[in-house]
Amino acid sequence: MTDYLWLLVALPLFGAVVNLFLGRRLGEPIAGWFGFVVVGVSFVLAAAAGFGFIIGTRAVETVLLFTWIPVVGADAAILWDPLSALLTLIVTGVGSLIHLYSIGYMHGDERYPRFFAFLNLFIASMLILVLAANYAVMFVGWELVGLSSYLLISFWFTKPSAAAAGKKAFIVNRIGDWGFLVALMIIFATFGTFDFQTIFEEAPLMFGVGSGVITAITLLLFVGAAGKSAQIPLYVWLPDAMEGPTPVSALIHAATMVTAGIFMIARSAVLFELAPLSGTVVATVGVLTALLAAVIAVAQTDIKRVLAYSTISQLGYMALGVGVGAYSAGLFHLTTHAFFKALLFLGAGSVIHAMGNEQDMRRMGGLRKAMPVTFVTMGTAWLAISGMFPFSGFWSKDEILAAAYARGDWYLVLWFVGVVVALITAFYMTRLFVMTFFGSRRWADDIHPHESPRTMTIPLVVLAVFTVVAGAFNTPWRLTFEHFLEPSFEGVPHPDALSDGLIIALGAVALAVATVGIVWGWRRYNRDELPAEVGPFWTRSLEAFGVDDFYGRWIVAPGRAVSEWFSDFVDPKVVDGVTHGIARGVVGSGSGMRAAQTGQVRWYASAIAVGGVVLIVLFLLLGGAF
Amino acid sequence: MPVLTILVLLPLVGALIVGMLPKRRPEVVFPVSIVASLPPLAVACYILWEFTAGTADLQFGEDVTLSAGFDIGWRVAVDGISLFLIVLTAVLFPIAIAASRSIGERIKTYMILMLILEAGVLGVFIALDLLVFFAFFEIVLVPMYLLIRMWGSDNRAYASVKFVLFTAAGSAFLLVSIIALAVITGNELGQFTSFDFRKMLTVELSDTAQLWLFLGFGIAFAIKVPLFPFHTWLPDAHTEAPTAGSVILAGVLLKMGTYGLLRFNMTLFPQATVDLSFWIALLGVIGIVYGGAVAIVQPDIKRLVAYSSVSHMGFIVLGMFALTSQAVQGSVFMMISHGLTTGALFLLIGMIYDRTHTRAIADYGGLAKVMPVYAGIFLFSAFASAGLPGLSGFIGEFTVLVGSWMTLPVLAVVAGFGVILAAIYLLWAYERVFTGPVTNPKLEGLRDLGLREVAIMAPLVVLIIVLGVYPKPVLDRIEPSAEAILDRISFVTDFEAPEFGRADEVVEPEYGTVDNQDGGSSEGGGG
Repeated sequence: MTDYLWLLVALPLFGAVVNLFLGRRLGEPIAGWFGFVVVGVSFVLAAAAGFGFIIGTRAVETVLLFTWIPVVGADAAILWDPLSALLTLIVTGVGSLIHLYSIGYMHGDERYPRFFAFLNLFIASMLILVLAANYAVMFVGWELVGLSSYLLISFWFTKPSAAAAGKKAFIVNRIGDWGFLVALMIIFATFGTFDFQTIFEEAPLMFGVGSGVITAITLLLFVGAAGKSAQIPLYVWLPDAMEGPTPVSALIHAATMVTAGIFMIARSAVLFELAPLSGTVVATVGVLTALLAAVIAVAQTDIKRVLAYSTISQLGYMALGVGVGAYSAGLFHLTTHAFFKALLFLGAGSVIHAMGNEQDMRRMGGLRKAMPVTFVTMGTAWLAISGMFPFSGFWSKDEILAAAYARGDWYLVLWFVGVVVALITAFYMTRLFVMTFFGSRRWADDIHPHESPRTMTIPLVVLAVFTVVAGAFNTPWRLTFEHFLEPSFEGVPHPDALSDGLIIALGAVALAVATVGIVWGWRRYNRDELPAEVGPFWTRSLEAFGVDDFYGRWIVAPGRAVSEWFSDFVDPKVVDGVTHGIARGVVGSGSGMRAAQTGQVRWYASAIAVGGVVLIVLFLLLGGAF
Repeated sequence: MPVLTILVLLPLVGALIVGMLPKRRPEVVFPVSIVASLPPLAVACYILWEFTAGTADLQFGEDVTLSAGFDIGWRVAVDGISLFLIVLTAVLFPIAIAASRSIGERIKTYMILMLILEAGVLGVFIALDLLVFFAFFEIVLVPMYLLIRMWGSDNRAYASVKFVLFTAAGSAFLLVSIIALAVITGNELGQFTSFDFRKMLTVELSDTAQLWLFLGFGIAFAIKVPLFPFHTWLPDAHTEAPTAGSVILAGVLLKMGTYGLLRFNMTLFPQATVDLSFWIALLGVIGIVYGGAVAIVQPDIKRLVAYSSVSHMGFIVLGMFALTSQAVQGSVFMMISHGLTTGALFLLIGMIYDRTHTRAIADYGGLAKVMPVYAGIFLFSAFASAGLPGLSGFIGEFTVLVGSWMTLPVLAVVAGFGVILAAIYLLWAYERVFTGPVTNPKLEGLRDLGLREVAIMAPLVVLIIVLGVYPKPVLDRIEPSAEAILDRISFVTDFEAPEFGRADEVVEPEYGTVDNQDGGSSEGGGG
């Protein structure tokens, strides 16, 4: 029944090729529907093939497609297990909804078919990444995801900021990829293969806990993950990535790309279990990222920018989850986040669409009547991300925090910061929601907000349903999700279990914090006049604490200065200067290269001949010496 | 059938035919030249088809004595390393010639020189007599010099002479070393000299002799590659050369250097190879980072690609001198891939230069709006050059890096930075040339690529994808020859191949259903 697994990748790839070459002939909206259908079929196939894991009748399997790079044993092969099935379902499920949404959203765009070609490519790349049976193929998907994000973020390339954002995303990701690449070098030298199953079987036999090699590998893998999953210090590409059309933001932030790093760590769980230090690093960086991004999100006025920083913040939670070894908790949050973040971005897109491309929340307000569907669906996502019971985000976030708490020691600090971040999250998301849908109308008279077309609202409704109920997949008393993933984490110890009382207490803390945040935000922003947000905190936070400037001043500028020094001084003056000096010496007159420039090629020909003869004689005389 | 002799003669026959075309009909020169460049491609394809995979043997060998006294002979053959260089040459020449329509004046001379050049390059890759090899190595210089000198752009006089001076300086050392080696070989065999590569292999050289001969050969090849710090001729020559000149220069001429290092230095002087490997690989890595850094700030797009070649050639040198099977195979693969990707970039730059007559990046902006097809193919080539997986550039870079880690870990890690630099210089250049609004009014109304131009690019694009997705047939043919060289090194010297994995060989994964020992099904039923 697995003969068709290759179709999961092939279908979106096929869609990309068709839309790239024949898209113009298909035209709008057929090109869009075509793009939607190939991903939708992929989803259905994945659901059919993944169903066996849910009912527990299916075994993990690997499928060889063809031999790719034989010298390093890298085969094009698929690993079909609950983990890859889960990610495939998220990617194609949420992905196809985003395709559907785009059919309406991209209406009238000059390069409409091209957009769907790139979306399909994105899905195909992401599927290569999650279905890979070895690190080499995973790296292929990894880089192709970078390519797809480049193409989509800079889709409106005539806008310089969009072009720059696409480039930035790719380059910052490449910096992370360097870590991944070095990890791959060590992996091959250590194991003689990139194959997941071989590595995960051999690693515990070859190395003990705390091994230096495995710690190096996992830390380098995390460098890669920090790029894709936007962790400190490589998160800076993600806020700019919203330069792309809004469905692209939804795709990048929810279903694809940013989940890659978390997925990669979860896939490498066996290795991370052998390197506790790496786990601590991942968890700590994750929490710091969550905190920093949440603080920045508070002051943003662009609706998409708030969401972008909230993504970074939520990814920090997921990193905390996989860092403390609670892989299923991290993945559970990844899953619920995929629903509510896709919903938030698509909802924001719906608002932006209705407001005539206005993204500044200070010029919105009171939109709930004009856009009831968007309002209600986005409301569920707002409550979910704020951690309100019983929405999905409550369950998944709580599970991560509980796992951190259970580890004790240093992790108690991380747990505490995580709780603070939850408070800030509830606050800034309420700020976003209220500024958009409540309070007074602050838009100009010539703007007439209206509800979006059906293709856009249906995905919102579907996502809202999952946003509400997805929490039930994994509650402390019914770990369906965790059991489902179990075959993927064989040999990985379970995180410490907490007593029921403690679970309830921690849940109560989380709920209390969320409530405080929401009430605080509600009272502050639900009024006719917005509070003035001035002062050093608001300014510094609005400009994201100048991290981009810092990188510009201390990394980009010096790097460029060195390059220019190489180019303007070292190359022409030093390296070439020596050459010119030699040339001058050979010619024996001051004319140097000028003599050569006249084109007299004869002199050096004779020089070679004479020199050659002299040396030959020399060699012949010395012949005996050799 | 002397296939290889025919292969070398065919371009010369073509040159002769082009030369006999009537003066009053200049318009037929272009199509006739294209046709004349196709028979070598057909023969190269025949060789590829008939080549026996899975062996390091030299195939299609010919041996005709030219001078019994000096033991010079027309000795030619191919193995897995030269095979693809021949095919690459035969593929790139028709493309380069087809891209030369804008050569207005003296097109006949131009085409004759191109075809002579092709014969010379093919000769270099098949020659197994060192004097014959040297002759071809030098013959190549003349048409290339004239192509730059006569059809180059503004600063062509300087660039062409610099090109010849550098190469000829290296050649002097090469010639002397070849003669010295021939004398030594002759002495050993009881004759005056012998230039037979295979006889040379039987001679045991002292460590000192190896060292000096290695350096003598090495400097000639290092200049050709070009290895840092011998690279300064390259940006000038590339920038000033006509499009086809740049394509051939980057595509195949530079490979004469890396091919020479692999075929002669590493094979003939194993002890010196082992002793010097770190230092040469270090120069390669300096080239990777330095070339990449310099490329970033070039204001001239052609110069930028030229420096990117310095960077890429550094990878190839690193791979060879890492002395592992993976790295050497990756290195040979990268020679082919670099020819395709950099060739594609130079062709594209030539196409836009024909329209605007400027290479300054600052003169462009927003070109993707005006020429979408052109922009698409350019972006494709840029990503291929930046080593995007799925395209040919990745296979070489990846295997070189993975293979180099085992013997030269620090260098491999630093070389990895080249991957970041490549993304920076290519994407930043793309951003400035193709995105944003159209600011230069001269760009408005530019015609997008025509059918001929797309047809020129199509084979390269297809090959880049095919080699990236399914490189196995190529690697299968390179492998035995690459391993033969390494086997000889570890046989003759005390160099030991690095240990890797648990069994020192690539682990073959098993595919299929995985057994669940602890009965996961009973636990998985929570749904």
